[in-house]
Amino acid sequence: MLQSGRSDLGRRRVVVTGMGMVTPLGLGTENVWKRLIAGESGIDRIHAFDPSELAAHIGGEVPEGPTAEGKLTISDWIPVKDQKKMDRFIHLGMIAAAEAVEDSGWKPESEEDRCATGVQIGSGIGGLQTIYDASITVYEGRAKRLSPFFIPSALGNLVSGNVSIRYGFKGPNHSAVTACATGVHAIGDAARLIMLGDADVMVAGGAEATVCKLGIAGFCSARALSTGFNDRPKQASRPWDRDRDGFVMGEGAGIVVLEEYEHAKKRGAKIYGEVVGYGMSGDAHHITAPAEGHEGAYRAMFAAVRSAGITPGEIGYVNAHGTSTMADDLELDAVERLFGDEGRKVAMSSTKSAMGHLLGAAGAVEAMFCMLAIRDGVVPPTLNLDNPSRESIIDRVPHQAQERKVDIALSNSFGFGGTNASLIVRRV
Amino acid sequence: MSEIADKVKKIVVEHLGVEESKVTPEASFIDDLGADSLDTVELVMAFEEAFNVEIPEDAAEKITTVKDAIDYIEAQKAA
Repeated sequence: MLQSGRSDLGRRRVVVTGMGMVTPLGLGTENVWKRLIAGESGIDRIHAFDPSELAAHIGGEVPEGPTAEGKLTISDWIPVKDQKKMDRFIHLGMIAAAEAVEDSGWKPESEEDRCATGVQIGSGIGGLQTIYDASITVYEGRAKRLSPFFIPSALGNLVSGNVSIRYGFKGPNHSAVTACATGVHAIGDAARLIMLGDADVMVAGGAEATVCKLGIAGFCSARALSTGFNDRPKQASRPWDRDRDGFVMGEGAGIVVLEEYEHAKKRGAKIYGEVVGYGMSGDAHHITAPAEGHEGAYRAMFAAVRSAGITPGEIGYVNAHGTSTMADDLELDAVERLFGDEGRKVAMSSTKSAMGHLLGAAGAVEAMFCMLAIRDGVVPPTLNLDNPSRESIIDRVPHQAQERKVDIALSNSFGFGGTNASLIVRRV
Repeated sequence: MSEIADKVKKIVVEHLGVEESKVTPEASFIDDLGADSLDTVELVMAFEEAFNVEIPEDAAEKITTVKDAIDYIEAQKAA
C-alpha cells in the first residue's frame, strides 16, 4: 500500500485547481458555499413528481430558474437535441464539470496534454429515471420503440464519457460506482492515478439524480428515508439529533480538477488545496447497516491519516458522512476513537443537514466544502441539531457556521455494501 | 410539398436540432445534418411511429437522406 502523499518521499503531489457544483442550494461553488454558510436549506416538498402515495414527500432538488440567479436551466448548458440522450444525472454532471474546467483554466490543446488529462466521474446509481421510463416502454409491448440512447443515457460511467468527448480529454477514463462513497472514491482514486503518473490532470467527482419516484420508493422500502417531517421539510435532515428519523434524498453533482502540483505551479493555476490522504475499508458486516462502533469507518479514517503522514490532532475540521440516520452516532464513535482527547479541538459538521444526501455526488461536494473551510477559515453548520442524542467532546457546529482556522480537513463517505472512504485535504 | 414530406422534415428538425432551411431533400442525415449512427436509428423509429409503418433494418440502412425517407414512406403508404 502507498504510504504517503508527501513530496519528500518522492511521490507526485496532487492539488485541486478547479471546482464545480450543482446542488439543492443552487449552481456554482461560491453561490452554494455562501448559502451553506448562511445556514440556508435546499430541502423542500418534491416537485419532480407527486410523492403523495409514498411515505417520504421531501427531497433536495436542484432549484429550476435563470442561470444568472444560480439556478438550473439545462438548455443553457446542453443543446436540446442532446438532452434526451442523457439521463438527468449526466446533465448535472456535465454542468458541474463545465464550471470546474472553466475555473481551472486548463484547456489542453496539444495531443500530449490531452492524453495526460483524464476523467473519473462516478454515480452511485446511474440513470434510474431513464431505466424506469424504458421499462415501461418494454412493459407496454413497445420494445422495438426503445430509444437507441437508452443504454448510454443510463450507464453510470457516462458523465466521464461525455465530459471527455466535450473537452477532448484523452487520458484515463474511469468511473467509481460505490453507492454513497462514490464521490470520495472517484477523487481519491483519480488523485492516485496522478501520483502514479497515469495522468497529470484528472477531472473527478460524482453525479446523482435519483429524486424520482423509483428512487424515493426504493429507499423508503429500505426504511432509510425521513418520513416524519413531510410538513416541515427544512427540519427533516437533522444529523445526531435525537428526533432524526432517516435521511433526505438530494440530487446534484460535484466535480474537481485535480492536478499534479508542479504542473499547476508551472502554469500559474489557482490552487485550492492539496489531496494528501486517502483511506478505504470494507465493513464485511451487513448490506446496509454499519457494525457496532463503525470500526470500518475508523479503519478508513486511520488509513487516510496514515497515508497523509499526519496525526489526527492536526485535523481541524471533519465533514461527516452524517446522514441523519441511526448510524450518525456510530460514525461519532469512530471519530471519537480516532481523535481521543484531541477531539476537543476539532469541529465536525454534516452539510447533509442543508441539502440532503446527494448519494454518489455527496463525497465530492463535501470534499470541496473542506477545501473552502480551509480557504475561508469558516466551518459550515449542522442544521437542526437541537438535542444531540448523545453528548460528545466533539463540536458538531449546531445551527450556525463558526469562524475557525483550519489547515487540514477530513471528509467521510460510507456506502451501502459496507464501503467506506475518507479523504484528507490540506492548505498548500 | 406533400404532407408526408412536410412531416418528415418536421421530425428531422426536431430530432436533430437543425435549421429547417438545411433540411433539403438531398441532405444526408450524417454528412449534412450532424447525425451519428444512433441518431439515424432514432430517426427511423420516429418515422415508424409517426407514419404507422414498419421499416425493416435492411431498408432502414438505405435511408440516408431526407428524400430517401420521404420516398420510402410514400411508397409504403401507396401500397
